[in-house]
Amino acid sequence: MSDLQSPTSAAAGKATDDAPTTSTAGANAPSAPTGTGRSFLPQSTLPRHLVVLVLSAVLAVVLLEVSSPYQNSQIATLSYYAIAAGGLTVLTGMNGQISLGHGALMAAGAYTTALFLDADEPLPLPVILLAAIVVATVVGALVGVAAARLHGPYLAGATLALAVGLPGLAIYFHDIFGGEQGMRVRAPQAPDAFESFVQTVSGNNASSTKWLAYVGVICLLITYFFLANLVRSRIGRTWRAVRDQEVAAELAGINLGAWRVLAFVVSAAAAGLAGGVLAIVVRLAAPSGFTLVLSLALLTAIVIGGLGSLLGALLGSALLVFLPPFVTNLGSDFGLNGTEAAQLAPFVYGVVLIVAMIFAPAGFVGTIRLRRMTAKARRGSAAQAKAAGANGG
Amino acid sequence: MDYFVNVTITGLTQGIIYSAFALALVLIWRSTRIVNFAQGSMAAATTFIALALIQAGQSYWVALVVALVSGFVLGALVERVIIRPVEGGPELNAVIVTLGLFVAIQALIAIIFGSSFQSFPTPFGVRGFQVGGSTIPLTPTSLYVIGSVLITMALLVALFRFTRVGLAMRASAFSQEVARLLGVKVGGMLTLGWGLAAVVGSLSGLLIAGGGFVYPAYMDSLIVFGFVAAIIGGLDSPVGAIVGGLILGLALSYVNGYVERGSALVSVAALVILIVVLLVRPGGLFSSTTARRA
Amino acid sequence: MAETHGSTAMSATGTTGGTATTTRLLEVEGLSSAYGPVRALDGVSLSAEAGRITAVLGANGAGKTTLLRTISGLVRPVAGRVVLDGEDITKASVESMVGRGMAHVPEGRGVIAELTVDENLRVGALFRGKVGKDEFDRVYDLFPRIAERRNNAAHTLSGGERQMLVIGRALLAKPRVLLLDEPSLGLAPRIVAQIFGLLRQLVDAEGLSVLLVEQNARSALSVADVGVVLNLGRVVVTDSASTLMGDEDLRHAYLGF
Ligand SMILES: Nc1ncnc2c1ncn2[C@@H]1O[C@H](COP(=O)(O)OP(=O)(O)O)[C@@H](O)[C@H]1O
Ligand SMILES: [Mg+2]
Repeated sequence: MSDLQSPTSAAAGKATDDAPTTSTAGANAPSAPTGTGRSFLPQSTLPRHLVVLVLSAVLAVVLLEVSSPYQNSQIATLSYYAIAAGGLTVLTGMNGQISLGHGALMAAGAYTTALFLDADEPLPLPVILLAAIVVATVVGALVGVAAARLHGPYLAGATLALAVGLPGLAIYFHDIFGGEQGMRVRAPQAPDAFESFVQTVSGNNASSTKWLAYVGVICLLITYFFLANLVRSRIGRTWRAVRDQEVAAELAGINLGAWRVLAFVVSAAAAGLAGGVLAIVVRLAAPSGFTLVLSLALLTAIVIGGLGSLLGALLGSALLVFLPPFVTNLGSDFGLNGTEAAQLAPFVYGVVLIVAMIFAPAGFVGTIRLRRMTAKARRGSAAQAKAAGANGG
Repeated sequence: MDYFVNVTITGLTQGIIYSAFALALVLIWRSTRIVNFAQGSMAAATTFIALALIQAGQSYWVALVVALVSGFVLGALVERVIIRPVEGGPELNAVIVTLGLFVAIQALIAIIFGSSFQSFPTPFGVRGFQVGGSTIPLTPTSLYVIGSVLITMALLVALFRFTRVGLAMRASAFSQEVARLLGVKVGGMLTLGWGLAAVVGSLSGLLIAGGGFVYPAYMDSLIVFGFVAAIIGGLDSPVGAIVGGLILGLALSYVNGYVERGSALVSVAALVILIVVLLVRPGGLFSSTTARRA
Repeated sequence: MAETHGSTAMSATGTTGGTATTTRLLEVEGLSSAYGPVRALDGVSLSAEAGRITAVLGANGAGKTTLLRTISGLVRPVAGRVVLDGEDITKASVESMVGRGMAHVPEGRGVIAELTVDENLRVGALFRGKVGKDEFDRVYDLFPRIAERRNNAAHTLSGGERQMLVIGRALLAKPRVLLLDEPSLGLAPRIVAQIFGLLRQLVDAEGLSVLLVEQNARSALSVADVGVVLNLGRVVVTDSASTLMGDEDLRHAYLGF
């Protein structure tokens, strides 16, 4: 990966050098989504991300209110894919570790949510989702400890085994988890305040679909706000150092294993939340919902997005939502029956993974970013080119 | 005691299929340092080709030969067209490419052959032999499985040990650059290696299908079991892969046979074994090289 | 010994222009190579003649290995050409080089550690098709120490034995030009003398042309006919081995002895 993103590695090297000073942190972090330093945004990281958060929230409300109920549910789907992909891109893109087990971690979050919602007097939804995060985090920490010592194909194989193996537990403990059929999930009730909010904003009907979409989007915004700040913090810089300059980082006294476990834990937490949102949106937690194809779909999303970019992960997730109906329709038009046409989406994921790795390993966002960077470097003087390298994107 | 023997025999019969599949992974790993996660899908594809022929009235043996040949072609093609551009690049890229191939082929199988379960024939009986008045789970089919894997392995050993092509393939696998300097056409050897590995993978796909059901994802667990078996053997060692497959087959058979509702736990057990081996002996149980990093 | 060969070489090797004898087996003209932005070779020209040992000397990082790797196609040059016996081989494939009569023993020797000694030799002869047992026996006669170990895995050999193995393996290709990259590295002086002495005999007896890359300039010049000194990817001087030996300033500046 590192040589595909040589500008980032240069920046990361610089970042480790002046790690103690926080003022340069934003300028040195190469892979965060909003890093082009547009002039109307505040320069330092936290305020800038807060502005982006508020703007995104406003945009999201507008989107949710002008779109149809079907599109609302698509946005809900998008939000759980994007939450999981955001966590995965931190792991794979920033820390250089691959995971095919994120589907299983999502399952941990989904089953937890299903179990808690099953109670006669369910806890408040935020608490339940927090529990989903905690459970997935614990599982993720266990996996992460094992994974920290692995790399490349070994890690891929081990997490593949996780993806295939973990659903077996749901079947084995079928009294608790409902076996192959899985667990029906009771939809959480929208609070009254939500109804009056929607009434005031748009006068729309505050349906339960809409409520779930709002839940998804809120979780998504919080997750990305958190991840974006993390990526630009010292933690993020250390991750990139671990990825790009393993030996140097080790010599500098960085405990590689601990940092890798931390990356796994963070991304597992995101997967747990994604699983929780999935459970309430789909209203079902079943082994068939967490197949290997789910994990590979997430991988596709972050590869398209250009490993390591949150914006890319979001765009990639959008593709996971909007592509399947599109290609399925296309397939039906070409005379495929329903089940055959449904397979076109995974087929496209696979082809996209292959083609992306062969022709544009930096991904969608990464390729554009690289283009812009080389163009800038070519235009500017040597000094300007150096600045572009340090700004990174 | 009888039960134990039965479970053991079942384990060995399954295990030898894992061995074959692991061997295919190892052949590719040795020559290109790539784990071919698409191998299960590739094998499933050739099995479905065989099934289509059988359903069209061809004999099992014709279907077998066609499946193995198409496995070879598929493997060689995959190496030339898809793997060559990422060979020697960052290891994550190769991993992602084979994963992409894995989903793409599996989806393609579903599109072409359908997603439903279809029964796959076996040329021999599935009734166990009688020993001293009781039936053991050793069937003519399991003898066929064991026999064909052993014959395949013997042929591979002969190829690598006693032929010039085999020597060239080994030289290419161990040291590409030196082999090229000595005039060995390394690219061709890699293609050949992928083709042969795909033949072995296809064979294990056909064997696991025999007498059971196939559907596009029926090899998913075998890719995991094959990977675990190969890791037990150290990923670098053909002999290790074979022994690893047998060990895994036995272990999973005992889980299945002695744990209540153990069949649901088989994949979990494989996961546990994998983690333990990777953490305790990352180089595999049989590796002579000590300082290999997982 | 070095003096005798040095003096004969001096007359035969006009470095530029000069007498166009057909004995110039390998000619390198203005060769430049780069690793990304790092230029490792910068317009290197030299020639190697039949029956001569041409030593390429220079400090660590001078570009000696890059020169050999570019000649045999492992590194593609950004400029210049390589001509083998009148034929431009600049763009020829690495695999075709032995077939054209050029063998390259790479830096670090290139023993295939996982194969046995005998298998290593057989790989070296593969491209020629059927090769008689007598040819293998000749190599074993030349290097009795590896003959004893022919069925052992090559990773069990000592440094000197490995060097004998790879030279023997290269000879099985029946090359006209032999490229050797630091054969003396890590070997005891006695073994180095033995291997270089043998090399000299082979060159004299069979008219082989050897391009001998060495950091160990003293030993190399003692056996070579001609020396080419590289520094930072450029040829600094080309002269007979004896002249180079005698030039104290040059030795101090570039050869470190
Ligand atoms: N694979 C490579 N990538 C980048 N630079 C290299 C590589 N190999 C050699 N170099 C550089 O090229 C120059 C010449 O190296 P080399 O040919 O190995 O010298 P020598 O063999 O004389 O020690 C050195 O500066 C070295 O750092
Ligand atoms: Mg060198």
